[in-house]
Amino acid sequence: MSRLGISDLSVRLGDKRVLDNITAQFRTGEVTTIIGPNGAGKSTLLTCLAGLRKPDSGVVQFDGVDIASIPARARAQRLGYLPQIAEVAWGIDVRTLVGLGRIPFTSARGLAAEDQRAVDDALEQSNITAFAARNVTSLSGGERARALLARVLAGKPQWILADEPFAGLDPAHQLDTAALFRTLAREGRGVVVTLHDLHTALRMSDRVLVLGEGHILADGTPAEALAPEILTRAYGLETRFWDGATGPLIEIVGRRA
Amino acid sequence: MNMSVPKLFLLLFGALVLLFLASLSAGKIWIPWSAWFAAVNDPQWIIVFDLRLPRTILALAVGAALGMSGAALQGYTRNALADPGIMGVSSMAAFGAVMTMYLGTASAMPWVLPTGAMAGALIGIAVLLSLSGAISSVLTFILAGVILNTVASAGVALALNLAPTPWAVNEIINWLMGSVADRSRNEVAFALPFIAIGCTLIATTGRALDALTLGDAAARSLGIRMERTRLALALGIGLATGASVAVTGMIGFVGLITPHLLRPLIGARPGALLVPSAFAGAVLVLAADIIVRLIPSPAELKLGVAMAALGGPFFLLMLIDMRRRAA
Repeated sequence: MSRLGISDLSVRLGDKRVLDNITAQFRTGEVTTIIGPNGAGKSTLLTCLAGLRKPDSGVVQFDGVDIASIPARARAQRLGYLPQIAEVAWGIDVRTLVGLGRIPFTSARGLAAEDQRAVDDALEQSNITAFAARNVTSLSGGERARALLARVLAGKPQWILADEPFAGLDPAHQLDTAALFRTLAREGRGVVVTLHDLHTALRMSDRVLVLGEGHILADGTPAEALAPEILTRAYGLETRFWDGATGPLIEIVGRRA
Repeated sequence: MNMSVPKLFLLLFGALVLLFLASLSAGKIWIPWSAWFAAVNDPQWIIVFDLRLPRTILALAVGAALGMSGAALQGYTRNALADPGIMGVSSMAAFGAVMTMYLGTASAMPWVLPTGAMAGALIGIAVLLSLSGAISSVLTFILAGVILNTVASAGVALALNLAPTPWAVNEIINWLMGSVADRSRNEVAFALPFIAIGCTLIATTGRALDALTLGDAAARSLGIRMERTRLALALGIGLATGASVAVTGMIGFVGLITPHLLRPLIGARPGALLVPSAFAGAVLVLAADIIVRLIPSPAELKLGVAMAALGGPFFLLMLIDMRRRAA
């Protein structure tokens, strides 16, 4: 089992303390969801976990080692990071785009047979083999999001850190992607995602971390962390649990006055 | 993607060989290939080996340097309108060179002017890339290029304004227009090593430029070390462009046009465009130089002027095309 840990982590952006002295542990074999209102520090936490941002204080530890001390390429081979902004600067085809996920493994000579196989697998997992030859400029927002997720999967990383991977996906593909994350966790990989949909968080996660104004408001099973009193503290919302036919449901009653 | 990369290389290489042979023969005086085996003091032999050979090699090297620099800058900025000319790197090199002419040191020793040009180019690209480190938006990067260009042009204008003699003005203007004509083996010997080192450095950034397609954060998450990439690009583009401007003056638009012509053929992955852009840039500049020689005119048309005349309308076509795509 691999572990990602943060201890006493603080990050400032300008005058604002985006993350204020937080401590948490993430494990492989689990889907961990980070939720919280806009500006709560979710994306910042994810970039710290990915080793892309140096915290102002505190450390991120990858299997007990300070992540800043791990060489960039070795880190990239084990941690896959999907940024929130779906940027693809050039009109390349989907297969080439997904192939970019092999960069930590390739030399200047380009993709070897093994890399091509990994790209095939990733296209399959994201269910986009059908449009592998299409140019990214011709894709819809949701299709592009799936192609970018496939790019991360192509690296076969031990950890998948995804910033709002459900944004732009239709309900059917949200369901597929949630199932994919569950499968990846069952295979022994670590999945950490940020999202806004409380329902997906409830159904998909092994563990939910609730952030609010740079603090951890809750860290536990979905039922514990998404309890009404916590959601009230995080969002100022009044919510209720229901027993649905296929599992629990969260009803958003309205804003707390 | 309509063409495989090996096929493109074959095509470009074939074009290079043909143009190379044509370049040794073509000009005000046509020289038959038999002159290659003439006596060393035969005037035809002198034209081929002392005049046209250095000119041809320079056109190839400078074309390769500018084409590759353009492809690298476009990849780094993620913008198809970037080019060492537009981003002010060439202007800074020209400013450096003009300063040595203005101060009168250029004529004292032959290495002063090229050194001035190289220093200007390196300062220019260093300013540009360090600005892009602090503020990573493409817009600010391009604005920084425009500012650099303006400052360098103002410096050149000032040097012209305050030039001590009309002769100095003439010398500066003549040099600025950009040409590979009447260059000696010394200039070839000066420029080639720097261009070779510069292009080699640029070539090492292919994977980084590919990764940058996904943005800065994603590129770093793929293990790309941005400081190293920036340093390799700054030195590479600075040396390649600086050495080119140092021996030929300003030849614009090569870096802009070349990658643009290649993208429909072999795809837009920036790393895959670097080496083909060097070849295609060499083809473009050598072809343009041959055409320039053949245009009947009292004084030979300057290559830089011809490229600018081609480049302006091309830029316009690109903009129209981009607008049509955006619509």
